[in-house]
Amino acid sequence: MTRHKSRAMVGAGALAVASALVLSGCGGSGFDDSEGGATEGLTSSDDSLTILIAASGDAEATAVEETVAAWSEESGVEASVEVASDLNQQLAQGFAAGSPPDLFYLSSDAIAGYADNGSLKAYGDELSNKDDFYPALVENFTYDDEFYCAPKDFSTLGLVINTDLWEAAGLTDADIPTTWDELADVSTTLTTDGQVGLAFGAEYQRVGAFMAQAGGALVDGDTVVADSAENVEALEYVKENLSAGNFAYAADIGAGWGGEAFGKGLAAMVIEGNWIGGAMTADFPDVNYQVAELPAGPSGQGTLQYTNCWGMAADSPNQEASLDLVEYLTAADQQLAFSEAFGPMPSVQSAADAWTEANPEDAAFLSGADYAQFLPTQAGTADVVADFNAQLEALKTGDPETILQSVQSNLEATVG
Amino acid sequence: MPNTVTTPRAGSRKSSGIRRGETAAGWLFTAPVILILGLFLFVPVLMAIWVSVSDWQGRGSPLSGEVGFVGLDNYAAVTSGGGLAERNFGLSLRNNAWYVALVVPLQTALSLFLAVLVNRAILRGRGFFRTAFYFPSVTSSVAITILWLFLFSTTGVVNSFLGWFGISGPNWFNDPSQIFHNALATIGITGAPEALTGGGPLGVSWYEWLGGPSVAMFAFMLMAIFTTSGTFMLLFIAALQNVGAELGEAGVMDGASGWQRFWHITLPQLRPTLFTVLTLGLIGCWQVFEQIYTGTQGGPAKTTLTPAYLSYQSAFVGQEWGEGSAIAFILFLIIIAFTVLQRWVLRERPVSKRRARQYEIRETAR
Repeated sequence: MTRHKSRAMVGAGALAVASALVLSGCGGSGFDDSEGGATEGLTSSDDSLTILIAASGDAEATAVEETVAAWSEESGVEASVEVASDLNQQLAQGFAAGSPPDLFYLSSDAIAGYADNGSLKAYGDELSNKDDFYPALVENFTYDDEFYCAPKDFSTLGLVINTDLWEAAGLTDADIPTTWDELADVSTTLTTDGQVGLAFGAEYQRVGAFMAQAGGALVDGDTVVADSAENVEALEYVKENLSAGNFAYAADIGAGWGGEAFGKGLAAMVIEGNWIGGAMTADFPDVNYQVAELPAGPSGQGTLQYTNCWGMAADSPNQEASLDLVEYLTAADQQLAFSEAFGPMPSVQSAADAWTEANPEDAAFLSGADYAQFLPTQAGTADVVADFNAQLEALKTGDPETILQSVQSNLEATVG
Repeated sequence: MPNTVTTPRAGSRKSSGIRRGETAAGWLFTAPVILILGLFLFVPVLMAIWVSVSDWQGRGSPLSGEVGFVGLDNYAAVTSGGGLAERNFGLSLRNNAWYVALVVPLQTALSLFLAVLVNRAILRGRGFFRTAFYFPSVTSSVAITILWLFLFSTTGVVNSFLGWFGISGPNWFNDPSQIFHNALATIGITGAPEALTGGGPLGVSWYEWLGGPSVAMFAFMLMAIFTTSGTFMLLFIAALQNVGAELGEAGVMDGASGWQRFWHITLPQLRPTLFTVLTLGLIGCWQVFEQIYTGTQGGPAKTTLTPAYLSYQSAFVGQEWGEGSAIAFILFLIIIAFTVLQRWVLRERPVSKRRARQYEIRETAR
């Protein structure tokens, strides 16, 4: 009975829905079959908000909790922050049970799945600060021509250099590599017994930067271009240097990730994102380092960008308040405060200058925003990337062309 | 319980005399268990079966009118789809099949061996040894996994130990190479004949199927043997203490050696326990999940992917709920099939006619 009632109510308009729900007191649970994702307006009620985040550490959790509390006081809407132990699982449970959190961290590779089943509210166009976000980030969260959610912040990959090892090898600032050849040279110079010149994770999320520099990508719009000559060239370059021993995967030198290899001095340079700053401060405060832009490949500069957005549940009974909170959280001042607390880069352009001023040593990361690629976001591509990563682990002995052909056919099966 | 009462036969027997009311009491006492099992076991299983044949996408109730029936599509996707889902499932089966094939016999043999050791009355401090062997079984598998990751890291204790013997240990949990391939490589065979690399079931080539577990999976196998043999040792000890000494003594009189007595007298009497241990081992090994979830998440190169973990991964991360449930039910069928097979192999065989004839009293010989 509830189902028929609520279906009719959706047709009658969002306002009626909201008030009916408040009157009947059935909150979010009676709202299961509404057409999520459609932009027929936002729900509004007096319901309190729940926010589910996946924090990188205590610093992030505390910063978000305090900010939300401040907003709560200002707006008079109650809001509570929950730190997820396994975000994917907790989100999935919430959606299945019809009681999802109102706002949540959402990675770009999960959007397609949740958008397809109607779990997400596409609220991007309602944002008052919509035009302030970097266009590439907006594109990252646009699915089926709808701008789904506000980019929370973002990171790019840079070349992180251990300055002590750099100087010990007799290198100066003038030697910072700007081309692939120079990168191969300096990494060879820096490779010694028990230390490798350049390390990075055995995954597309790092190796993909070389593909971008060669002019390649996995997906171009809706066309799969994984087995392009550019990508082959990039993987050949990486393979050559891995075999020569001046590049190494972090796992192969006994580190869990690039940051660990770097902090322990197992690698003189790593390709990592700006999250490395927090890890270095916390775990390896004695390591001196600087960040440079990644060197250019045959087709110019290239890097990858990572970002999460503030997802909003289609089932949320109080989307207007949620939208207000998102605007508050993504305002330039607030993002600068977050950046100071736990390190990511603001997703709005108006904060760029202030951020560069406050973090001159990380400027290279922000410069990457101009030429950064993002990972494919179509439904099912996360699996393909995972499979690609599994194959990249064996790149040293594998054949780049064969690997890329399998990625091509796997992607064609999902994207095409 | 009106329906039982109205059944003529049952009713006439049970509703009269001093036994009247027992049916009701019986239902009353079993109701909590039926309710709990039904609610938390039977209903979820039925719902999962439904999800595996539906196109439910993880939003709202799977029983709502908008969820459609898709027949065996989800099963087809993981068994004959030709895509990534099929290959992933094939790889997970390959990994887990080797895991089962090596862990089950080894843990059974080891636990029986330990049980025989600590069962001897003359052993000093056998209480200590029993506790020591049993200890890993009571520790949480998550804790043990973390310990294992630490022990088997590149510069970990295991590799340092191997280093004393001049062996440079592998990068255990990051080494996707398969151990039989590695063994072949030591005698100079690194490639495979065309016939093996060409094709194979479930998108995985015969060469990959036959390569054995990866080094990373091998480390997990050692862990499984380490943690479970204590529990099974306990079962064997209990069984050994039920074995009477008389038959053994009779064996001694007949001149049977210690090994013959164990093999022909003790072991046959352990058959029910052996069945229990093998069944529990098979089920446990096919369901390996926590170690993978906390340890390697299926890596390196998907060589520690197991069907149980893949099922979770497909549903919760990949949002392919139907495929995830389909994998879970295929796994269920595999476990049932292995249990039935094993029961058949270990069945009590009647004495064959030829052998029985030896014991017949022959009247003509008089």
